[in-house]
Amino acid sequence: MSAGPYTADEMMTVTAARQLADGAVCFVGIGLPSAACNLARRTHAPELVLIYESGTVGARPQVLPLSIGDGELAETAACVVSLPEVFAHYLQRGRVDVGFLSAAQIDRHGNLNTTVIGSYARPSVRLPGSGGAPEIAAHAREVLVIMKQSPRSFVPRLDFLTSCGYLGGAGERSRAGFPGGGPRAVITDFGILRPHPQTEELQLRAIYPGVTLDAVRAATGWPLRVAHDLQVLPAPQPADLDTLRALHAATRQAHAAAVRINLRTADAPASHPH
Amino acid sequence: MPLITLADAIAQHVHDGQSVALEGFTHLIPFAAGHEIIRQGRRRLHLIRMTPDLICDQMIGMGCAERLTFSWGGNPGVGSLHRLRDAIERDWPQPLTIIERTHAEMGVAYQAGASGLPCGLMRHYADTGLDRVGGSHPRTLTCPFSGDSLLAVAAINPDVTILHAQQADQQGNVLIRGITGASREAALAARCLLVTVEAQVERLDAPLNAIVLPHWLISALSIVPGGAHPSYAAGCYPRDNRFYGEWDAIARQREPFQQWMQQYVLASRNHAELLRHLGVAS
Repeated sequence: MSAGPYTADEMMTVTAARQLADGAVCFVGIGLPSAACNLARRTHAPELVLIYESGTVGARPQVLPLSIGDGELAETAACVVSLPEVFAHYLQRGRVDVGFLSAAQIDRHGNLNTTVIGSYARPSVRLPGSGGAPEIAAHAREVLVIMKQSPRSFVPRLDFLTSCGYLGGAGERSRAGFPGGGPRAVITDFGILRPHPQTEELQLRAIYPGVTLDAVRAATGWPLRVAHDLQVLPAPQPADLDTLRALHAATRQAHAAAVRINLRTADAPASHPH
Repeated sequence: MPLITLADAIAQHVHDGQSVALEGFTHLIPFAAGHEIIRQGRRRLHLIRMTPDLICDQMIGMGCAERLTFSWGGNPGVGSLHRLRDAIERDWPQPLTIIERTHAEMGVAYQAGASGLPCGLMRHYADTGLDRVGGSHPRTLTCPFSGDSLLAVAAINPDVTILHAQQADQQGNVLIRGITGASREAALAARCLLVTVEAQVERLDAPLNAIVLPHWLISALSIVPGGAHPSYAAGCYPRDNRFYGEWDAIARQREPFQQWMQQYVLASRNHAELLRHLGVAS
Protein backbone atom coordinates (compact mmCIF):
# COMPACT_ATOMS: atom_id res chain seq x y z
CA MET A 1 0.00 0.00 0.00
CA SER A 2 1.45 3.38 -0.95
CA ALA A 3 1.51 6.04 1.74
CA GLY A 4 1.83 8.98 -0.63
CA PRO A 5 4.02 11.92 0.31
CA TYR A 6 4.90 12.37 3.97
CA THR A 7 7.37 14.50 5.92
CA ALA A 8 10.43 13.40 7.89
CA ASP A 9 8.66 14.66 11.03
CA GLU A 10 5.67 12.44 10.34
CA MET A 11 7.90 9.43 9.70
CA MET A 12 9.75 10.14 12.97
CA THR A 13 6.52 10.39 14.98
CA VAL A 14 5.01 7.25 13.44
CA THR A 15 8.25 5.32 14.04
CA ALA A 16 8.39 6.48 17.66
CA ALA A 17 4.76 5.47 18.22
CA ARG A 18 5.55 1.95 16.96
CA GLN A 19 8.14 1.56 19.74
CA LEU A 20 5.39 1.62 22.39
CA ALA A 21 3.77 -1.64 23.51
CA ASP A 22 0.07 -1.70 24.34
CA GLY A 23 -0.52 -1.57 28.09
CA ALA A 24 2.86 -0.01 28.91
CA VAL A 25 3.00 2.75 31.53
CA CYS A 26 4.64 5.71 29.86
CA PHE A 27 5.94 8.95 31.44
CA VAL A 28 5.56 11.52 28.68
CA GLY A 29 7.35 14.77 27.88
CA ILE A 30 5.60 17.52 25.97
CA GLY A 31 6.06 18.05 22.19
CA LEU A 32 7.26 15.20 19.97
CA PRO A 33 7.01 12.55 22.74
CA SER A 34 3.41 13.54 23.46
CA ALA A 35 2.46 13.38 19.77
CA ALA A 36 4.01 9.91 19.41
CA CYS A 37 2.33 8.54 22.55
CA ASN A 38 -1.08 9.84 21.57
CA LEU A 39 -0.70 8.44 18.06
CA ALA A 40 0.18 5.04 19.57
CA ARG A 41 -2.87 5.23 21.83
CA ARG A 42 -5.09 5.89 18.79
CA THR A 43 -3.59 3.09 16.69
CA HIS A 44 -2.00 -0.11 18.00
CA ALA A 45 -1.81 0.68 21.75
CA PRO A 46 -5.25 1.77 23.04
CA GLU A 47 -4.39 0.70 26.61
CA LEU A 48 -1.14 2.69 26.81
CA VAL A 49 -1.11 4.47 30.19
CA LEU A 50 0.11 8.05 29.84
CA ILE A 51 1.51 9.88 32.87
CA TYR A 52 2.41 13.55 32.55
CA GLU A 53 4.55 15.26 35.18
CA SER A 54 1.65 17.57 36.05
CA GLY A 55 0.32 14.57 37.99
CA THR A 56 -2.25 13.46 35.43
CA VAL A 57 -2.20 9.66 35.52
CA GLY A 58 -3.89 7.75 32.69
CA ALA A 59 -4.63 10.83 30.58
CA ARG A 60 -6.54 10.24 27.33
CA PRO A 61 -6.47 13.67 25.64
CA GLN A 62 -8.62 14.29 22.56
CA VAL A 63 -6.19 16.94 21.30
CA LEU A 64 -2.47 17.31 21.99
CA PRO A 65 -1.76 19.45 25.04
CA LEU A 66 0.29 22.62 24.45
CA SER A 67 1.59 22.53 28.02
CA ILE A 68 2.25 19.65 30.36
CA GLY A 69 -0.66 20.79 32.53
CA ASP A 70 -3.47 21.57 30.06
CA GLY A 71 -6.99 21.05 31.37
CA GLU A 72 -7.51 18.44 28.66
CA LEU A 73 -5.07 16.13 30.50
CA ALA A 74 -6.73 16.50 33.88
CA GLU A 75 -10.29 16.09 32.55
CA THR A 76 -9.45 12.83 30.75
CA ALA A 77 -7.15 11.33 33.43
CA ALA A 78 -7.93 8.37 35.69
CA CYS A 79 -6.68 10.52 38.55
CA VAL A 80 -4.76 13.71 39.23
CA VAL A 81 -2.06 13.56 41.90
CA SER A 82 0.40 16.16 43.19
CA LEU A 83 3.79 16.65 41.58
CA PRO A 84 5.75 15.29 44.58
CA GLU A 85 3.49 12.23 44.48
CA VAL A 86 3.87 11.52 40.76
CA PHE A 87 7.66 11.67 41.02
CA ALA A 88 7.95 9.75 44.32
CA HIS A 89 5.09 7.21 44.28
CA TYR A 90 4.94 6.48 40.56
CA LEU A 91 8.39 7.19 39.08
CA GLN A 92 10.89 6.68 41.94
CA ARG A 93 8.92 3.70 43.25
CA GLY A 94 9.52 1.97 39.90
CA ARG A 95 6.04 2.03 38.38
CA VAL A 96 7.00 3.52 35.00
CA ASP A 97 7.89 1.24 32.06
CA VAL A 98 8.89 3.82 29.47
CA GLY A 99 10.20 7.36 29.83
CA PHE A 100 9.87 9.36 26.64
CA LEU A 101 12.27 12.30 26.33
CA SER A 102 13.68 14.84 23.92
CA ALA A 103 16.73 17.12 24.23
CA ALA A 104 18.81 19.82 22.58
CA GLN A 105 21.97 17.71 22.64
CA ILE A 106 22.74 13.98 22.88
CA ASP A 107 26.13 12.28 22.95
CA ARG A 108 27.19 8.86 21.67
CA HIS A 109 26.22 7.20 24.97
CA GLY A 110 22.72 8.67 25.06
CA ASN A 111 23.41 11.31 27.73
CA LEU A 112 21.19 14.39 27.32
CA ASN A 113 21.52 18.16 27.63
CA THR A 114 18.47 20.41 28.03
CA THR A 115 20.20 23.08 30.16
CA VAL A 116 22.61 25.37 28.25
CA ILE A 117 24.58 25.79 25.04
CA GLY A 118 27.95 27.23 25.98
CA SER A 119 29.08 27.67 29.58
CA TYR A 120 26.64 27.44 32.48
CA ALA A 121 27.62 30.79 33.99
CA ARG A 122 27.41 32.71 30.70
CA PRO A 123 25.52 30.57 28.17
CA SER A 124 25.16 31.50 24.52
CA VAL A 125 21.71 29.88 24.67
CA ARG A 126 19.92 29.34 27.94
CA LEU A 127 17.65 26.29 27.40
CA PRO A 128 14.60 25.61 29.62
CA GLY A 129 16.45 23.23 31.96
CA SER A 130 15.82 19.84 33.49
CA GLY A 131 12.13 19.68 34.41
CA GLY A 132 11.43 16.04 35.19
CA ALA A 133 13.95 14.57 32.76
CA PRO A 134 16.84 13.60 35.09
CA GLU A 135 14.61 11.44 37.29
CA ILE A 136 12.72 9.99 34.31
CA ALA A 137 16.07 9.05 32.73
CA ALA A 138 17.17 7.44 36.01
CA HIS A 139 14.06 5.50 36.98
CA ALA A 140 12.00 4.53 33.93
CA ARG A 141 12.56 0.86 33.07
CA GLU A 142 13.64 2.06 29.63
CA VAL A 143 13.93 5.40 27.88
CA LEU A 144 12.98 6.41 24.36
CA VAL A 145 14.52 9.58 22.97
CA ILE A 146 13.01 11.41 20.02
CA MET A 147 14.91 14.29 18.44
CA LYS A 148 16.04 15.69 15.10
CA GLN A 149 19.52 14.66 14.07
CA SER A 150 22.14 17.27 13.14
CA PRO A 151 25.79 17.93 13.99
CA ARG A 152 24.55 20.58 16.45
CA SER A 153 22.32 18.13 18.33
CA PHE A 154 24.32 14.89 18.01
CA VAL A 155 27.55 16.12 19.57
CA PRO A 156 30.86 14.50 20.58
CA ARG A 157 30.70 16.23 23.97
CA LEU A 158 27.68 17.71 25.75
CA ASP A 159 27.89 21.33 26.87
CA PHE A 160 26.09 20.21 30.05
CA LEU A 161 25.01 16.81 31.43
CA THR A 162 21.33 17.19 32.42
CA SER A 163 20.07 13.59 32.23
CA CYS A 164 22.09 10.41 32.34
CA GLY A 165 22.13 7.86 29.54
CA TYR A 166 24.94 5.29 29.67
CA LEU A 167 27.43 7.83 31.09
CA GLY A 168 30.81 6.70 29.64
CA GLY A 169 29.36 3.43 28.35
CA ALA A 170 30.54 -0.20 28.83
CA GLY A 171 28.46 -0.74 31.97
CA GLU A 172 29.17 2.52 33.80
CA ARG A 173 25.44 3.19 34.20
CA SER A 174 24.63 -0.17 35.74
CA ARG A 175 27.69 -0.02 38.01
CA ALA A 176 26.38 3.33 39.32
CA GLY A 177 23.23 1.47 40.40
CA PHE A 178 20.59 3.18 38.26
CA PRO A 179 17.33 1.22 38.54
CA GLY A 180 16.22 2.11 35.00
CA GLY A 181 17.80 0.50 31.95
CA GLY A 182 18.68 3.68 30.02
CA PRO A 183 17.90 4.70 26.43
CA ARG A 184 16.66 1.71 24.43
CA ALA A 185 16.21 3.66 21.21
CA VAL A 186 16.84 7.12 19.79
CA ILE A 187 14.34 7.94 17.06
CA THR A 188 15.41 10.70 14.68
CA ASP A 189 14.31 12.16 11.35
CA PHE A 190 16.74 9.72 9.64
CA GLY A 191 16.09 6.44 11.46
CA ILE A 192 16.68 4.60 14.75
CA LEU A 193 19.85 4.35 16.81
CA ARG A 194 20.24 1.79 19.59
CA PRO A 195 23.00 1.15 22.13
CA HIS A 196 25.57 -1.52 21.29
CA PRO A 197 25.11 -4.37 23.82
CA GLN A 198 28.71 -4.17 25.11
CA THR A 199 30.03 -0.66 24.49
CA GLU A 200 26.61 1.01 24.91
CA GLU A 201 27.57 3.40 22.12
CA LEU A 202 24.62 4.40 19.95
CA GLN A 203 24.73 2.73 16.55
CA LEU A 204 22.51 3.18 13.56
CA ARG A 205 20.12 0.22 13.40
CA ALA A 206 17.46 1.37 10.93
CA ILE A 207 16.89 4.09 8.35
CA TYR A 208 13.81 5.44 6.62
CA PRO A 209 13.12 4.83 2.91
CA GLY A 210 15.25 7.11 0.74
CA VAL A 211 17.73 8.02 3.51
CA THR A 212 21.43 7.54 2.62
CA LEU A 213 24.15 6.51 5.07
CA ASP A 214 26.22 9.53 4.00
CA ALA A 215 23.38 11.84 5.02
CA VAL A 216 23.07 10.22 8.46
CA ARG A 217 26.84 10.36 9.01
CA ALA A 218 26.88 14.02 8.01
CA ALA A 219 24.17 14.70 10.60
CA THR A 220 26.16 13.06 13.42
CA GLY A 221 28.91 14.85 15.34
CA TRP A 222 30.93 11.68 16.00
CA PRO A 223 32.08 8.80 13.74
CA LEU A 224 28.77 6.92 13.55
CA ARG A 225 28.81 3.14 13.80
CA VAL A 226 26.34 1.31 11.60
CA ALA A 227 24.89 -2.10 12.47
CA HIS A 228 25.79 -5.00 10.13
CA ASP A 229 22.12 -5.84 9.73
CA LEU A 230 20.95 -2.27 9.04
CA GLN A 231 17.22 -2.30 8.41
CA VAL A 232 15.25 -0.07 6.04
CA LEU A 233 11.93 0.73 7.72
CA PRO A 234 8.71 0.64 5.70
CA ALA A 235 6.96 3.91 4.83
CA PRO A 236 4.18 4.88 7.25
CA GLN A 237 0.77 3.28 6.79
CA PRO A 238 -1.86 5.62 5.29
CA ALA A 239 -4.07 4.99 8.33
CA ASP A 240 -1.29 6.09 10.69
CA LEU A 241 -0.69 9.26 8.69
CA ASP A 242 -4.42 10.04 8.57
CA THR A 243 -4.70 9.60 12.34
CA LEU A 244 -1.63 11.76 13.02
CA ARG A 245 -2.79 14.54 10.69
CA ALA A 246 -6.30 14.56 12.17
CA LEU A 247 -4.76 14.80 15.65
CA HIS A 248 -2.60 17.78 14.64
CA ALA A 249 -5.52 19.50 12.87
CA ALA A 250 -7.79 19.15 15.93
CA THR A 251 -4.95 20.41 18.12
CA ARG A 252 -4.33 23.53 16.00
CA GLN A 253 -8.02 24.35 16.07
CA ALA A 254 -8.29 23.89 19.84
CA HIS A 255 -5.21 25.99 20.58
CA ALA A 256 -6.41 28.90 18.41
CA ALA A 257 -9.74 29.22 20.23
CA ALA A 258 -10.40 32.56 21.94
CA VAL A 259 -10.83 32.56 25.73
CA ARG A 260 -13.65 34.54 27.34
CA ILE A 261 -13.79 35.20 31.08
CA ASN A 262 -16.90 36.23 32.96
CA LEU A 263 -16.10 38.96 35.49
CA ARG A 264 -19.57 39.13 37.02
CA THR A 265 -18.22 38.84 40.55
CA ALA A 266 -15.97 41.84 40.02
CA ASP A 267 -18.70 43.89 38.40
CA ALA A 268 -21.34 43.28 41.01
CA PRO A 269 -21.78 46.60 42.88
CA ALA A 270 -21.70 45.07 46.34
CA SER A 271 -18.52 43.08 45.80
CA HIS A 272 -14.92 44.06 46.29
CA PRO A 273 -13.06 46.42 43.97
CA HIS A 274 -11.24 43.49 42.39
CA MET B 1 -11.62 36.05 57.51
CA PRO B 2 -11.97 39.59 56.18
CA LEU B 3 -11.49 39.96 52.45
CA ILE B 4 -9.07 42.61 51.28
CA THR B 5 -8.23 43.90 47.84
CA LEU B 6 -5.29 42.32 46.08
CA ALA B 7 -3.54 45.70 46.02
CA ASP B 8 -3.82 45.90 49.82
CA ALA B 9 -2.71 42.28 50.25
CA ILE B 10 0.47 42.89 48.23
CA ALA B 11 1.13 46.26 49.92
CA GLN B 12 0.81 44.74 53.40
CA HIS B 13 2.54 41.39 52.91
CA VAL B 14 5.10 41.49 50.07
CA HIS B 15 8.25 43.51 50.73
CA ASP B 16 11.45 44.25 48.81
CA GLY B 17 14.11 41.56 49.20
CA GLN B 18 11.74 38.76 50.26
CA SER B 19 11.55 35.26 48.84
CA VAL B 20 8.20 34.86 47.08
CA ALA B 21 6.86 31.58 45.71
CA LEU B 22 4.14 31.89 43.09
CA GLU B 23 3.00 28.33 42.52
CA GLY B 24 0.42 26.51 40.42
CA PHE B 25 1.66 24.04 37.82
CA THR B 26 0.61 25.47 34.43
CA HIS B 27 -2.85 25.59 36.06
CA LEU B 28 -3.91 28.33 38.56
CA ILE B 29 -0.81 30.49 38.12
CA PRO B 30 -1.38 33.66 40.19
CA PHE B 31 -0.95 36.15 37.33
CA ALA B 32 -3.07 38.90 38.92
CA ALA B 33 -0.89 38.86 42.04
CA GLY B 34 2.32 38.90 40.00
CA HIS B 35 1.03 41.88 38.01
CA GLU B 36 0.15 43.73 41.20
CA ILE B 37 3.70 43.14 42.50
CA ILE B 38 4.98 44.70 39.25
CA ARG B 39 2.59 47.68 39.60
CA GLN B 40 3.75 48.31 43.15
CA GLY B 41 7.39 48.22 42.01
CA ARG B 42 8.80 45.57 44.35
CA ARG B 43 12.56 45.07 43.96
CA ARG B 44 15.28 42.51 44.79
CA LEU B 45 12.78 39.67 45.17
CA HIS B 46 13.88 36.05 45.23
CA LEU B 47 11.25 34.46 43.00
CA ILE B 48 10.50 30.75 43.45
CA ARG B 49 8.51 28.81 40.83
CA MET B 50 9.07 25.35 39.39
CA THR B 51 8.09 26.65 35.95
CA PRO B 52 8.72 30.43 35.92
CA ASP B 53 6.24 30.72 33.03
CA LEU B 54 5.14 34.08 31.61
CA ILE B 55 4.54 35.61 35.05
CA CYS B 56 8.19 35.35 36.15
CA ASP B 57 9.30 36.34 32.63
CA GLN B 58 7.32 39.56 33.14
CA MET B 59 8.50 40.17 36.72
CA ILE B 60 12.15 39.56 35.77
CA GLY B 61 11.88 41.78 32.69
CA MET B 62 10.36 44.55 34.82
CA GLY B 63 13.24 44.44 37.29
CA CYS B 64 11.46 42.94 40.31
CA ALA B 65 13.83 40.01 40.85
CA GLU B 66 17.48 39.44 41.69
CA ARG B 67 17.24 35.68 42.29
CA LEU B 68 15.20 32.85 40.81
CA THR B 69 14.78 29.29 42.04
CA PHE B 70 13.26 27.12 39.31
CA SER B 71 13.33 23.75 37.56
CA TRP B 72 12.04 24.35 34.00
CA GLY B 73 12.20 27.78 32.42
CA GLY B 74 10.45 27.68 29.05
CA ASN B 75 7.20 28.80 27.43
CA PRO B 76 5.45 25.40 27.36
CA GLY B 77 5.00 24.08 23.83
CA VAL B 78 6.13 27.43 22.38
CA GLY B 79 9.84 27.95 23.14
CA SER B 80 11.95 30.26 25.26
CA LEU B 81 11.14 32.72 28.03
CA HIS B 82 12.99 35.56 26.33
CA ARG B 83 13.08 37.92 29.33
CA LEU B 84 14.49 35.14 31.54
CA ARG B 85 17.08 34.36 28.87
CA ASP B 86 18.02 38.03 28.46
CA ALA B 87 18.60 38.30 32.22
CA ILE B 88 20.79 35.16 32.34
CA GLU B 89 22.61 35.68 29.05
CA ARG B 90 23.03 39.48 29.09
CA ASP B 91 22.20 40.72 32.63
CA TRP B 92 19.18 42.72 31.40
CA PRO B 93 17.58 44.58 33.09
CA GLN B 94 19.90 43.44 35.89
CA PRO B 95 21.93 40.35 36.79
CA LEU B 96 19.84 37.38 37.93
CA THR B 97 21.25 34.73 40.25
CA ILE B 98 19.68 31.36 39.48
CA ILE B 99 19.21 28.40 41.78
CA GLU B 100 18.30 25.54 39.52
CA ARG B 101 16.88 22.16 40.50
CA THR B 102 14.81 19.36 38.95
CA HIS B 103 11.02 19.18 39.32
CA ALA B 104 11.34 16.20 41.66
CA GLU B 105 13.92 18.00 43.82
CA MET B 106 11.73 21.09 44.12
CA GLY B 107 8.75 18.93 45.08
CA VAL B 108 10.84 17.26 47.79
CA ALA B 109 12.22 20.65 48.94
CA TYR B 110 8.71 22.12 49.33
CA GLN B 111 7.54 18.96 51.14
CA ALA B 112 10.46 19.23 53.56
CA GLY B 113 9.68 22.91 54.10
CA ALA B 114 6.02 22.10 54.73
CA SER B 115 6.99 19.36 57.18
CA GLY B 116 9.39 21.38 59.32
CA LEU B 117 12.39 19.35 58.11
CA PRO B 118 15.72 20.90 57.05
CA CYS B 119 15.92 18.70 53.96
CA GLY B 120 14.11 16.10 51.92
CA LEU B 121 15.49 12.84 50.55
CA MET B 122 15.62 11.21 47.15
CA ARG B 123 17.47 8.28 45.66
CA HIS B 124 20.84 9.12 44.16
CA TYR B 125 22.89 7.33 41.49
CA ALA B 126 25.32 9.68 39.74
CA ASP B 127 26.05 13.40 39.73
CA THR B 128 24.64 15.39 36.86
CA GLY B 129 25.81 18.86 35.89
CA LEU B 130 23.17 20.38 38.18
CA ASP B 131 24.83 18.92 41.27
CA ARG B 132 27.85 21.17 40.66
CA VAL B 133 26.14 24.48 39.81
CA GLY B 134 23.28 26.68 40.77
CA GLY B 135 23.41 27.78 44.39
CA SER B 136 22.08 25.35 47.01
CA HIS B 137 23.90 22.16 46.16
CA PRO B 138 22.23 18.94 47.17
CA ARG B 139 24.45 16.63 49.22
CA THR B 140 24.65 12.89 49.26
CA LEU B 141 24.35 10.83 52.42
CA THR B 142 24.22 7.17 53.27
CA CYS B 143 20.98 5.64 54.52
CA PRO B 144 21.61 4.41 58.11
CA PHE B 145 19.31 1.41 57.52
CA SER B 146 20.07 0.17 54.01
CA GLY B 147 23.41 1.78 53.19
CA ASP B 148 21.89 3.22 49.99
CA SER B 149 23.16 6.49 48.60
CA LEU B 150 20.58 9.25 49.04
CA LEU B 151 20.37 12.82 47.83
CA ALA B 152 19.51 15.42 50.48
CA VAL B 153 17.79 18.52 49.09
CA ALA B 154 17.59 21.63 51.29
CA ALA B 155 14.06 22.64 52.32
CA ILE B 156 12.37 25.61 50.68
CA ASN B 157 10.53 27.93 53.11
CA PRO B 158 9.39 31.01 51.17
CA ASP B 159 8.78 34.25 53.05
CA VAL B 160 5.53 34.47 51.10
CA THR B 161 3.67 31.94 48.97
CA ILE B 162 0.94 33.20 46.65
CA LEU B 163 -1.68 30.88 45.12
CA HIS B 164 -4.77 31.30 42.98
CA ALA B 165 -7.72 28.93 43.51
CA GLN B 166 -11.33 28.44 42.42
CA GLN B 167 -13.34 29.01 45.58
CA ALA B 168 -13.35 30.33 49.12
CA ASP B 169 -16.24 29.92 51.52
CA GLN B 170 -17.58 32.54 53.93
CA GLN B 171 -14.98 31.61 56.56
CA GLY B 172 -12.15 31.87 54.05
CA ASN B 173 -11.42 28.17 53.59
CA VAL B 174 -10.01 27.71 50.08
CA LEU B 175 -10.70 24.87 47.64
CA ILE B 176 -8.22 23.95 44.88
CA ARG B 177 -9.53 21.71 42.10
CA GLY B 178 -7.56 20.03 39.31
CA ILE B 179 -3.82 20.00 38.69
CA THR B 180 -2.02 21.29 41.79
CA GLY B 181 1.67 20.64 41.12
CA ALA B 182 3.30 21.40 44.47
CA SER B 183 0.92 24.22 45.42
CA ARG B 184 -0.24 22.71 48.67
CA GLU B 185 3.32 21.95 49.75
CA ALA B 186 4.44 25.49 48.81
CA ALA B 187 1.51 26.94 50.78
CA LEU B 188 2.32 24.95 53.91
CA ALA B 189 6.06 25.70 53.64
CA ALA B 190 5.52 29.47 53.59
CA ARG B 191 5.81 31.93 56.48
CA CYS B 192 2.95 33.94 54.97
CA LEU B 193 0.26 32.67 52.57
CA LEU B 194 -1.70 34.93 50.23
CA VAL B 195 -4.56 33.53 48.16
CA THR B 196 -6.66 34.93 45.33
CA VAL B 197 -9.85 33.09 44.32
CA GLU B 198 -12.29 33.17 41.43
CA ALA B 199 -15.31 33.44 43.70
CA GLN B 200 -16.61 33.34 47.24
CA VAL B 201 -19.41 30.83 47.84
CA GLU B 202 -21.72 29.89 50.70
CA ARG B 203 -20.34 26.36 50.91
CA LEU B 204 -17.36 24.73 49.17
CA ASP B 205 -18.26 22.10 46.63
CA ALA B 206 -15.63 19.81 48.14
CA PRO B 207 -15.57 16.02 48.62
CA LEU B 208 -13.94 14.91 51.88
CA ASN B 209 -10.54 14.29 50.28
CA ALA B 210 -10.49 17.54 48.35
CA ILE B 211 -7.55 19.90 48.62
CA VAL B 212 -8.73 22.57 51.03
CA LEU B 213 -6.50 25.16 52.69
CA PRO B 214 -8.08 25.99 56.07
CA HIS B 215 -8.70 29.71 56.60
CA TRP B 216 -6.36 30.02 59.57
CA LEU B 217 -3.33 29.23 57.35
CA ILE B 218 -4.08 32.21 55.13
CA SER B 219 -2.81 35.73 55.84
CA ALA B 220 -4.85 37.49 53.17
CA LEU B 221 -7.64 36.44 50.83
CA SER B 222 -8.80 38.41 47.78
CA ILE B 223 -11.46 37.74 45.19
CA VAL B 224 -10.00 38.15 41.70
CA PRO B 225 -12.07 36.63 38.88
CA GLY B 226 -9.85 35.61 35.97
CA GLY B 227 -6.87 35.91 38.33
CA ALA B 228 -4.98 33.06 36.63
CA HIS B 229 -5.33 34.32 33.04
CA PRO B 230 -3.55 33.51 30.66
CA SER B 231 -3.11 30.36 32.76
CA TYR B 232 -6.44 28.77 33.66
CA ALA B 233 -8.81 27.80 36.43
CA ALA B 234 -10.38 24.38 35.80
CA GLY B 235 -14.16 24.67 35.78
CA CYS B 236 -14.02 28.45 35.22
CA TYR B 237 -12.06 29.17 32.01
CA PRO B 238 -9.50 27.34 29.83
CA ARG B 239 -5.82 28.09 29.31
CA ASP B 240 -5.31 30.89 26.80
CA ASN B 241 -2.97 28.89 24.58
CA ARG B 242 -3.25 31.56 21.88
CA PHE B 243 -1.87 34.19 24.26
CA TYR B 244 1.01 31.89 25.26
CA GLY B 245 1.86 31.67 21.54
CA GLU B 246 1.60 35.43 21.07
CA TRP B 247 3.85 36.12 24.07
CA ASP B 248 6.84 34.81 22.13
CA ALA B 249 6.78 37.79 19.74
CA ILE B 250 5.88 40.31 22.48
CA ALA B 251 8.77 39.32 24.75
CA ARG B 252 11.47 38.56 22.18
CA GLN B 253 12.79 42.16 22.11
CA ARG B 254 13.15 44.58 25.02
CA GLU B 255 11.18 47.55 23.69
CA PRO B 256 8.06 45.75 22.49
CA PHE B 257 8.05 43.96 25.85
CA GLN B 258 8.26 47.23 27.81
CA GLN B 259 5.58 48.80 25.63
CA TRP B 260 3.26 45.86 26.19
CA MET B 261 3.80 45.93 29.96
CA GLN B 262 3.16 49.69 30.01
CA GLN B 263 0.09 49.53 27.80
CA TYR B 264 -1.58 46.58 29.51
CA VAL B 265 -0.28 45.84 33.02
CA LEU B 266 0.87 49.27 34.25
CA ALA B 267 -1.94 51.21 32.59
CA SER B 268 -4.59 48.96 34.19
CA ARG B 269 -5.57 49.74 37.76
CA ASN B 270 -6.45 46.14 38.48
CA HIS B 271 -6.84 42.71 36.91
CA ALA B 272 -10.42 43.19 35.71
CA GLU B 273 -9.33 46.27 33.78
CA LEU B 274 -6.38 44.38 32.30
CA LEU B 275 -8.65 41.56 31.11
CA ARG B 276 -10.95 44.12 29.46
CA HIS B 277 -8.00 45.78 27.75
CA LEU B 278 -6.90 42.40 26.47
CA GLY B 279 -10.39 41.78 25.11
CA VAL B 280 -10.72 38.62 27.20
CA ALA B 281 -13.53 40.02 29.34
CA SER B 282 -16.13 42.69 28.70
